[in-house]
Amino acid sequence: MEVILLKALYALLMIGAVMGLAAYSVLGERKISAWIQGRIGPNRTSFPLIAKIPLIGPALRYLGIWQPLADGLKFLFKEDPIPGHVKGIYYMMAPVLVLVPALSTMVVVPFGEYFDSAGKAYPLILADIDLGLWFIFSLASLGVYGIVLAGWAANSKYPFIGGIRSCAQLISYELVMGLSVLPIIVWVNAPGVSAGLSLVSIVNTQGGAWFIMTQPLSALLFLIALFAETNRLPFDMPESETELVGGFHTEYGSFKFGFFFLAEYAHMVIGSAIFSLLFLGGWHFLPWIASPWPASIFGTICSVLWFLGKIVFLMFFFIWIRWTLPRFRYDQVMQLAWGKLLPIALINLVFYTILVAFIS
Amino acid sequence: MATKVLERKPLTWAEKTYLPQIVHGLKITWKAMFKKPITLQYPEEKPELPMGYRGIPTLVKDPNGREKCVSCQLCEFICPPKAIRITPGEIPADASTAHVEKAPKAFEINMLRCIYCGLCQEVCPEEAIFLQNAFSLSGYSRQELVFQKDKLYELGGTLPDTHHKWDKKKAAAAHPHHH
Ligand code: SF4
Ligand code: SF4
Repeated sequence: MEVILLKALYALLMIGAVMGLAAYSVLGERKISAWIQGRIGPNRTSFPLIAKIPLIGPALRYLGIWQPLADGLKFLFKEDPIPGHVKGIYYMMAPVLVLVPALSTMVVVPFGEYFDSAGKAYPLILADIDLGLWFIFSLASLGVYGIVLAGWAANSKYPFIGGIRSCAQLISYELVMGLSVLPIIVWVNAPGVSAGLSLVSIVNTQGGAWFIMTQPLSALLFLIALFAETNRLPFDMPESETELVGGFHTEYGSFKFGFFFLAEYAHMVIGSAIFSLLFLGGWHFLPWIASPWPASIFGTICSVLWFLGKIVFLMFFFIWIRWTLPRFRYDQVMQLAWGKLLPIALINLVFYTILVAFIS
Repeated sequence: MATKVLERKPLTWAEKTYLPQIVHGLKITWKAMFKKPITLQYPEEKPELPMGYRGIPTLVKDPNGREKCVSCQLCEFICPPKAIRITPGEIPADASTAHVEKAPKAFEINMLRCIYCGLCQEVCPEEAIFLQNAFSLSGYSRQELVFQKDKLYELGGTLPDTHHKWDKKKAAAAHPHHH
């Protein structure tokens, strides 16, 4: 009973954290893009009572802290028009199909560690299943169905092109992504060790060197594939506002559009979490330096915060890249995936497999 | 002029991976993040308008506070979109400007039609109409945006005027042989 309650509490916390991060990464996106472009960004929304507090009120307003709230309310209360030409039920289903996989992957993402009375560390995770990584990949790839369905159900040309593009792009980059993670799994499961595919065991092997140091090429490949998988610039083919109006979600408005929007950022949050688990040592403090926090509740909070810090840094990197690079052309995206990244990933995998065999 | 032919070097191996270029771009945007924003917080901060800016047309008074417009209607005729409508009127004989022939009884400019071309200002023989700095107009009805004479004078105010044309005329009338 107690375990169930704890899990429920943790699940709520996790949803809060991921949703909060997703909402505030929208703000981050707007603020950072504004800074890069010499603008100020959202600085008008304020909250009735808090705005009155001297110094803090105006500072929060200037930082746009209330903007995500206002945006969310706007999405909720806007009129929700359904164009006459869409394919009814599929049109309704698509946003849900996009959001559900994006959010359910967090079940197997560990967010830190906690210590029992003996000082032994356990990961903070909802379901520590042995197939963690595999579970994430399979669920995340379900997200593409939502996008394709949205593009098809909207029954008009731009969403359709967006849907086709996302289909091709996501399938190609999933391949690269899977291949770029395999060397890590080989490394973790070196002969004589059986750690499985669990993310926890991957993090635990990074107490010393992080995988970004031992396998920089895998990290780079994974990062590129991650950008493509989350539809972020320079790979935002399915959306590409300038050519496809809004891509697959052109015909969506109000809360349904909000779903797509949230799913994109939730993908980003989970993607950053997975990248930092795989390559940045998860909640480990620094390479080769043991975590300085004590084995207590306080230590748990520290480890979670440290992990969240890494996620935030990666999100910042995502946004920073977006406002630096122009979009690829569609054929270049495909060429990059099949012509360059895939062979490199294969060579990388073979190299590390041989290396692991030699070392052990 | 001698043209300089730039040699196009083949891309090096590192350049072909695009990664150094991306890092370079990231550096540029990183620096841009810390530059002062150039945003103008519009309703609170107003832009500095350059000399000769053409805002809405307004009627001005001379430094003595007298109406300058003599209701010649030249502006009405030249106005390309026919935004101006003048109803000429007489000046009462006991007024201080009685020596001027006419003054407008009603003077309206339809700001919804005006195209801010400035022809009225250019054509006015009395320098009575000027396109000044006001540029943001709004109203709840079309009627509200047809500005009447009092509103136009209120917007126009008084402009410094070095001619004092009427004063000279007056002086000339008082001393006919003085030149
Ligand atoms: S500025 Fe041009 S359009 Fe406007 S009132 Fe004068 S002449 Fe007419
Ligand atoms: S504003 Fe000038 S041009 Fe127009 S009627 Fe008056 S004096 Fe004539």
